[in-house]
Amino acid sequence: MAIEERPAESKGVPIDFEQDVIQRRPVSSQAGLAGEDIPIRRSVIAEDDNVVFTTVTNLINWARSRSPWPLGYGLACCAIEMFASVAPQHDLSRFGAEVFRSSPRQADVMIVAGTVTHKMAPRLRRLYEQMPEPKWVIAMGNCASSGGEFWDSYSTLQGVDTVVPVDVYVPGCPPRPEALTEGVLRLREKISRGG
Amino acid sequence: MSVSPVRSTEIGREGALVDLPIIETEEGLQTEELILNMGPQHPSTHGVLRLVLKMSGEKVIECIPVMGYLHRGLEKIFEWRTYHQGIRYADQADYVSNMLNEHAYAGAMEAIGGIDVPRRAEYIRVIVDEMSRCAAHLIWLGTYGLDVGATTPFLWCLRDREEILDMFEEVCGSRMNFNYYRPGGVLYDLPQGWLGKLERFLDRFADRIEADYMRILEGNEIFLERTIGVGTIPAHVAKQYGITGPMLRASGVDWDLRRDRPYGIYPELKTLRPVVFPDGDAFARFKVRVGEMRLAIALIRECIANLPGGAVRARLGHVWKCPKGEAYYTVEGAKGEVGIYMISDGRSPNPFRAKMRGPSFNNLQIVPWLLKGRLVADVVAILGSLDFVLGEVDR
Repeated sequence: MAIEERPAESKGVPIDFEQDVIQRRPVSSQAGLAGEDIPIRRSVIAEDDNVVFTTVTNLINWARSRSPWPLGYGLACCAIEMFASVAPQHDLSRFGAEVFRSSPRQADVMIVAGTVTHKMAPRLRRLYEQMPEPKWVIAMGNCASSGGEFWDSYSTLQGVDTVVPVDVYVPGCPPRPEALTEGVLRLREKISRGG
Repeated sequence: MSVSPVRSTEIGREGALVDLPIIETEEGLQTEELILNMGPQHPSTHGVLRLVLKMSGEKVIECIPVMGYLHRGLEKIFEWRTYHQGIRYADQADYVSNMLNEHAYAGAMEAIGGIDVPRRAEYIRVIVDEMSRCAAHLIWLGTYGLDVGATTPFLWCLRDREEILDMFEEVCGSRMNFNYYRPGGVLYDLPQGWLGKLERFLDRFADRIEADYMRILEGNEIFLERTIGVGTIPAHVAKQYGITGPMLRASGVDWDLRRDRPYGIYPELKTLRPVVFPDGDAFARFKVRVGEMRLAIALIRECIANLPGGAVRARLGHVWKCPKGEAYYTVEGAKGEVGIYMISDGRSPNPFRAKMRGPSFNNLQIVPWLLKGRLVADVVAILGSLDFVLGEVDR
């Protein structure tokens, strides 16, 4: 994947909303998906007694990756496709991500589905901060990924990665439910690798 | 249901911040005013609407809707895009029933340019419009079921909606945001075998409306309790607030743009009988929308039976230039009157101005009047029955 490396000084900088939105500095954390692969320490199964040797980190990451419960942050058109991916035809619950809640309380992954406007961005940032650790973000759709077709609008955010770190970008306008499912699967890979 | 449960209603907006006034209810109890913030991130506001509710106990004494959380500057973008590109952006306004917005936008161009649409294209337009209306009402029915506590209608409605979207995908290649209309017709002709597939779907769909949706909701005691007599809008109030569409017809006003301000080939269709219910409550709105789905099935069937041959797009040449002029073109959308007021200066490739009348925005104006004096438990049931889409409210 051709995802360019972010400049080093932009990592770990606390986010000032006004400044970062104006300067459009992406704070994406794409380390798990793009460049260097984090090596997977494989578990070892002993032959005799059904004993599994693994590290606690591996076990926890495996468990976390199997049920990323989303905070459904439905904003615009993508929200309808997000509904559709939960609906029976594209059953997202096959991959453990069916418990859509509108509260950040039990959420693991925030699916930003739709256009984020300047008025909505501080609320989005606040909801992200209210989510318990560990937390991931999926930017669903072109608007949330990079501004999309509202690239020259005066009131929209040019990509949600200007306010929260994004783990998986799902392209499309709006993405098909299969695309969102693929995004969730990629996020599962990333989580199980400790990302 | 009494509308004014409290005696003291003169409450300043800034007073909420410093000292909350003590208000006295009719029962003689003294209670402190409570501000309840609902949204913008709330499952039942159908988007990003925010409501500031002033409460006295469980009763809402004032409601201030706060909008603009999805304001994307669509009308400004229309001025920056060419006429053809604007169709794609008209999709984004009411993203549940995209085809109807495109119809309004393309219709405004045709009205300015005086373009004649081929008859086959007009029939195809009615078919896709009514399918889009069905898809919008299905989304409403499903989410309204969720609002009042029923999960199964949501799953069933999405099942049928997926079939509609699959057929749209065959026609124009996209599940949503179709970009299918063109000035002077539509982009593609219908694919081979599509009409037979549509007919089979309509048979299934008509059965499911009666066997599934009506049976699970109309006979459901909880649903009836939560909707009958809730959120009643009398006919004169509905007219005063400029409400259009199914909400107006649920208040007993027989007004349907397809018949009363006809466009396309709607005047020729014999099965067009607008669905009107006199009650004005949430249940009447449910009945009207389900009736519109039945009406849509009848209209599509009539169009399939009479579908003429020929071209689907008027010949405009490669570079079509919109002549100078202005027009206001209205379409009966899924939520009400979708209108585009377009001004062309005759020189530029972009419209000089394209103002959109979103029906959801006008229908939303009644929320403060409607919620005043209601119980907080009814707020979600009332809001859901109004069926607004925030993409169209904020634009």
